[in-house]
Amino acid sequence: MSNEKQVKDNYTAKLRVKSGILFAVCVLLTVICLLPIYMLIINATRAHVDIQTQVSFLPGSSLIDNINELSTNPNFKTFDALTGFKNSLIIAGCSTFLSVFFSSLTAYGLYVYDFKIKGAAYTFILAVMMVPMQVTSVGFLQFMIKLGLNDSYIPLIVPTIAAPAIVFFMRQYLQSSLSLSIIEAARIDGCGEFRTFISIAIPMMKPAIAVQAIFAFVANWNNFYQPSMILISRKAEQLTIPMMINALKSNDKIADYGVIYYAIALSILPLIIAYICLSKFIIAGVALGGVKE
Amino acid sequence: MASAAQRNIRSVSYAKYGYFFILPFFLVYCFFQIWPLINTFILSVYGNGKAVDEFIGLGNFEALLFGTGMGRASTAIQETFFQVLGNTLIVWIGNFVPQIAISLALAVWFTDAKLKIPGKGFFKVIMYMPNIITAASVAALFLKLFDDSKYGVVNNLFLTWGVIDEPIKFITGVWESRGMIMFIQAWMWFGNTMIMLMSGIMGLNPSLFEAANIDGASSGQVFRKITLPLLRPIMLYTLITSMIGGLQMFDIPYMYTKGTQRNEYTKTVAVFIYEHFREKMPNPNYGFSGAASIILFIITIGLGSITFYMNRDKDAAARKKERKAAAKKLKAQQKGLGGMEI
Repeated sequence: MSNEKQVKDNYTAKLRVKSGILFAVCVLLTVICLLPIYMLIINATRAHVDIQTQVSFLPGSSLIDNINELSTNPNFKTFDALTGFKNSLIIAGCSTFLSVFFSSLTAYGLYVYDFKIKGAAYTFILAVMMVPMQVTSVGFLQFMIKLGLNDSYIPLIVPTIAAPAIVFFMRQYLQSSLSLSIIEAARIDGCGEFRTFISIAIPMMKPAIAVQAIFAFVANWNNFYQPSMILISRKAEQLTIPMMINALKSNDKIADYGVIYYAIALSILPLIIAYICLSKFIIAGVALGGVKE
Repeated sequence: MASAAQRNIRSVSYAKYGYFFILPFFLVYCFFQIWPLINTFILSVYGNGKAVDEFIGLGNFEALLFGTGMGRASTAIQETFFQVLGNTLIVWIGNFVPQIAISLALAVWFTDAKLKIPGKGFFKVIMYMPNIITAASVAALFLKLFDDSKYGVVNNLFLTWGVIDEPIKFITGVWESRGMIMFIQAWMWFGNTMIMLMSGIMGLNPSLFEAANIDGASSGQVFRKITLPLLRPIMLYTLITSMIGGLQMFDIPYMYTKGTQRNEYTKTVAVFIYEHFREKMPNPNYGFSGAASIILFIITIGLGSITFYMNRDKDAAARKKERKAAAKKLKAQQKGLGGMEI
């Protein structure tokens, strides 16, 4: 009897030790994840001279000076955070709305109706899901220059109407949650097809729309490649936040580390806040996207 | 009367709405993706720089792949092209291997019901966080933290602790800079991979794990004999999507450079393409970048068709196979083989 108990105790003790070790590993990884961001915030509050002489893990007292320096020094003219946020918000907001709305529409059309090229259309969407942006960008830019659309937001916003990955996700979701008999019922009640989509399908797709909207927004907000490709003239009033950060880091004239750290911190602040609020959604969304089976 | 009415009802067709609903997607896709792709093909058989209007056939491909056809310039461009291909491969492997190892280990631990790791939810949230931060800001931040000079935070710390005597060249050194890009990529993506693998593991049949536990299998045995084999499709999917993603790696390699000087040891294919068609404005090398894009496209098709094959509707494929087998059997029977399995 006591032998059995000992075995059991041994087993629990072993598990406890293992859990402890794994906890330590997790803490270590968390530190690796957070330390760069922590150092960023700390250094944003310190003066240039202090940063260069001594590393500190405690905040300094120069935050106000750095804020003033960023807004007054002509060297930082290209980094106008408010304009950057506004531009990024316009591009990401419009793109998110268009991509989510039209992807839902396409997925709904592919799921609800029976028509000749339905299978072929869906296969096509699956096939092009993997085609990377970089492959078409040479022809894309040349075409846009021909149309005179470079230095405009149109090539950044309108193409998002066609988002194959979101269509795929939405169709998967419809398949699992929307029964065709509801559509039939709406028809019998005399509801038009488009109205059925707006007032019945969209409300039922809300969870999927929320997840996809968050991801589309973050992706478009962080997008550096396309804006820096299309906005050839680099007009100050058109720059997005990632482009401003790139300009800031490429500028050899700027040597004030405190201000640079502050500018970088400012650029990621909205994302961090949004992430803290929405982390549950985001984690669940990644998990959903992972199950492709 | 009734039958006529019934016939009438049956003939109401909603098919046209289907076309109407998917039309915007296909119009926009053709205009902004298909035509640019064709246009890239066209540009790849024309010249470079000031001679972009000159038709040169497969000259660009020849120059990129074999270094012939354009004199000394073609040897130089071939060298660069193979260098960037090699860089892309090295940086991708260097970030993928540790990333998948850590992600898989974490995913297995987090989904193991026996282990009681406190704060799992918190760890998941923190580990995913680097993935949502703007790549430009990440690159700028790491450039400052890992500066080449003794003023960089890491060099400064190491020098004070006496770990090193000379500052490490994190940005300009060959392997130091590659290592940094690998690290940043892995840092940004391991949380994402971990959550994807976790959802894969949680989708596996839990009774298999219970049975193994009852039979007294150790964690290592469960991992090797149950988790890993069942997880293989998801692992393969992760591998291939990561490979395609690796081919497009742009933001970090492009921006993790000092000033405007670009380090040739960390330049990836995507950066090479961008430099030739975008940074050479107003005399862009559409030919070279177009040809490189087409080569990238062909590699992507190869990799993508594997995922596509895996992603297809398995039930439909199985049914098709069954039907084929039944037809074959029928044919064999008709031939007079008495329905024996062949």
